[in-house]
Amino acid sequence: MATQATILLWSMTLPALGAVGVMMLGRWPNLRDGWTILIGISTFSCVARLVEPVMAGGRPSITFPGFMPGLGLGFEVEPLGLLFGLVASGLWVLTSLYGFGYMRVHKEKNQTRFFTCFAVAISAALGIAFAGDLVTLFLFYEILTFSTFPLVTHAGTEAAVRAGRLYLGILISTSVLFLLLAILWTASLSETLRFTPGGFLAGKISGASAGLLLLLFAYGVGKAALMPFHRWLPAAMVAPTPVSALLHAVAVVKAGVFTVLKIALYVFGIDFLSTDGLSDVLMVIAAITILAASIRALTLDNLKARLAYSTISQLSYIVLGAALASSAAVMGAGLHILMHALGKITLFFVAGAIYVTANKTEVSQLDGMGRRMPFTFGAFCIAAFSIIGLPPFGGAWSKWFLVTGAFDAEQPWMVVVFMISSLLSIGYLMPIVVRAFFRPLPEGGEGGIKEAPLLMLVPICTTAIGCFAIFFYADGVYRLLAPVMGLGG
Amino acid sequence: MNGLAFHYPSLIVLIPLLAAPLCFLLRKEAIVRPFTIAVGFACFWISTNLLGQVLGGDIIVYEFGGWARPYGIEYRVDILNAFVLVVVSGIAAVVFFAGPGQARRAIPEGREALFYSAALLCLTGLLGVTITGDVFNIFVFLEISSLSSYILIALGRSRRALMAAFSYLIMGTIGATFLLIGIGLMYQATGTLNMVDMAQRLQALGPTKAIFVALAFVVVGISTKLAVFPLHHWLPNAYSFAPPLVSAFLAATATKVAYYLLIRFTFGLFGAALVFQTVAIDVLLMPLSIIAMFVGSIAAIYQTDFKRLLAYSSIAQIGYMTLGLSMATQAGVSAGLIHVFNHALMKGALFLVAACVTWRIGGTDLDAMKGLGRRMPFTMAAMLIAGLALVGVPGTVGFVSKWALVSAALEKEALGIAFLIMTSSVLALVYVWKLVEIVYFQSPAEEIEKREPPLRLLIPTWILAGASLYFGLFSSFAVDVAKLAARQIFTAGL
Repeated sequence: MATQATILLWSMTLPALGAVGVMMLGRWPNLRDGWTILIGISTFSCVARLVEPVMAGGRPSITFPGFMPGLGLGFEVEPLGLLFGLVASGLWVLTSLYGFGYMRVHKEKNQTRFFTCFAVAISAALGIAFAGDLVTLFLFYEILTFSTFPLVTHAGTEAAVRAGRLYLGILISTSVLFLLLAILWTASLSETLRFTPGGFLAGKISGASAGLLLLLFAYGVGKAALMPFHRWLPAAMVAPTPVSALLHAVAVVKAGVFTVLKIALYVFGIDFLSTDGLSDVLMVIAAITILAASIRALTLDNLKARLAYSTISQLSYIVLGAALASSAAVMGAGLHILMHALGKITLFFVAGAIYVTANKTEVSQLDGMGRRMPFTFGAFCIAAFSIIGLPPFGGAWSKWFLVTGAFDAEQPWMVVVFMISSLLSIGYLMPIVVRAFFRPLPEGGEGGIKEAPLLMLVPICTTAIGCFAIFFYADGVYRLLAPVMGLGG
Repeated sequence: MNGLAFHYPSLIVLIPLLAAPLCFLLRKEAIVRPFTIAVGFACFWISTNLLGQVLGGDIIVYEFGGWARPYGIEYRVDILNAFVLVVVSGIAAVVFFAGPGQARRAIPEGREALFYSAALLCLTGLLGVTITGDVFNIFVFLEISSLSSYILIALGRSRRALMAAFSYLIMGTIGATFLLIGIGLMYQATGTLNMVDMAQRLQALGPTKAIFVALAFVVVGISTKLAVFPLHHWLPNAYSFAPPLVSAFLAATATKVAYYLLIRFTFGLFGAALVFQTVAIDVLLMPLSIIAMFVGSIAAIYQTDFKRLLAYSSIAQIGYMTLGLSMATQAGVSAGLIHVFNHALMKGALFLVAACVTWRIGGTDLDAMKGLGRRMPFTMAAMLIAGLALVGVPGTVGFVSKWALVSAALEKEALGIAFLIMTSSVLALVYVWKLVEIVYFQSPAEEIEKREPPLRLLIPTWILAGASLYFGLFSSFAVDVAKLAARQIFTAGL
């Protein structure tokens, strides 16, 4: 186990070391960016090397005693965390490539600070993924918030600072007011705060208090963007697109829903959650968030804002999956972390590419753009199909399991919610594709093909192909997650 | 135990007491400063040594002149006061290292020796209050520390420092008088001044009206010194007009010693049963603490001066400590003590940052601090760390405090109070973030070159800021000692 523990430790410290390197190499942009890629690939391969032992049933772990007596700083790799770790570190590499293209074409200032904070954020995301107990998770959760703040306010304008204030205000307040309180409440109920398969709260709390505790957890994880604490997410879209792509489609928001899912599985346990309508209120809140955010997305013309609301809606799929608390539903939720990440990052990449290449930010400006940027919009189309949940794209699987899970949990209304939401997502995504491919270019616009720079196009196509390929390889992910979801392997 | 080590309890008071007039005679700053630093570290070393001796549960009793109690004066070291001694002398050592720092800017020329003398006397008083086992001695040492702190505050450059020192003097004297009246009543009732003796006799006497009155006078007197809401009005002026180093020293030590006294008198002398069941001061103290947490934080949000902001934040932080005490449980008291240690580190660091800023731009007006993040990166990074500690971000000492305090509240099944504690720490985020935005996101009115303060200011600042991180990650020292101290108070009484 020693070597696995070492790999685990490396996977979290590498990005942190990478951050130091980026800071020191700041003067030589090419060297700095090369270093980032090197660290990114090494981190990903570290995480990837944990897959085999975890599939075999191992749980590499490492603890540092001394941090808060009796608590310890502890890490343990389990399948769900590993999946999140793979998603975060894998997409970091692609986003870095994309980021170089974006930042250089756009001649952004403070690139060194940008990539430094980026690396710290990934380190924190991996810390969340591998946290072995609630306190460790909370520590990295807060580090992630603070390290992403300079990214959100990167532009340094008055609007960026205001958005940053909202971002930090909501995320920190909810985490302190609700999450920390919930953790401390849990600590007063149970001797352990270690994540335990099947949960450890059953029998220690019941009835309305248990429901309240669950809500404290769900709202405490502000990063899951449950309404009415979702405003930070659209506000944070003032950040440069690579940030929106990685952090607000992958690392930050997925850290949020991952935390909710992890708490559902490892603190409450799905058996406990499914008793006595414990999670009914959460279910309703998640359903409302799904529908309300989708409807809001329909009305927005700004492409990034529309994607942001789509994200809010899709995140609540995962929360709803956790709240449904049937094996199939949590499997769907787990799969959706991966599927949505691949789809949404592609969509954000495309939004950034359009902005950098054609300087367009609104949906209504996209008429005929599909013919000028065929690859970019092709990728957009694929990712949109995946988000909507059409086969043969990844999103179909997660939606399939979520809907099956809703039936298993005997919640037919939630099936209806998923269906309506799919229709709504067609409503807010497909018009973009239709406009781009079937409408003529506006009068006086430039013709001919003008694609995004290669550094941006490669990641876009890679993630789009990923959306397609994962449809056929979802079985591997299923087998990875099955043991913790209460489904035979 | 060899000869010298035996005398540690008296030496820790005598060394600074004798060094103070020596400083005044030596005069030259070049000699006085290293001398003071040596004294500070000697006290720190002795106090850690004492703490090591008592951690096992023994109590050191040092009888002056060999006179046994109740006739002679005795010094008495248990875990509680050894812990406070470590905090006070540790902060003193760090602050003395900085010296008056901005000598040319904040303290009138030629008065440096006066600063050192007064600071050493103040230290003597604070250590004496903490270590003594004699209630009248407490009053005497408290006056020594108070009088010298009036001098220290009056050294402030602004003329309003005189006014601040004066109003502190009035409030401090009223507080000390109340304490003295209370002690007088206790003496009248028991006929002894020795704490152990007095505690036993008070137990035997049971609750009488005289003792109720004594309790009232003592608690109000100490609360004035501690700046418990609504007796806090002297504090913001005193801290904001004093030279910043003096604020750093006083904020991190004087209120902590007052807090120690409150614990000593309530749990040790009067006994928890009398204080929290018969009289039930927690009925008053708990709401006042919570109000302090909110009033202090909200007032801090609206300040336009860095030091004043920190001063109001101190009022809120003192609220956390008294809240822990008012829970009257082991967990509550140990949470309060943990916060004593932690708050000394972070507030000390922040006031030292104020000292750096004063050295650099001649004041601590928030408008003038715009854009300092790029001009004094190391100083401002220390501010960021200590500020985040104030908010209670995990990985910093503030988180440890918050964890302990909220756990204590939940142990009493007071979910509402736990929620209020969390809410007030969100207010702390507001005023800390206001600082961060000013320092990192706003551009200065006039360009100033990038320069850090001299190392003798920067090193102490970073020692305390680094400690706020270190003891946040490896918190077992403060937590274990505070728990042991609380257990000793609850099981052994004095």
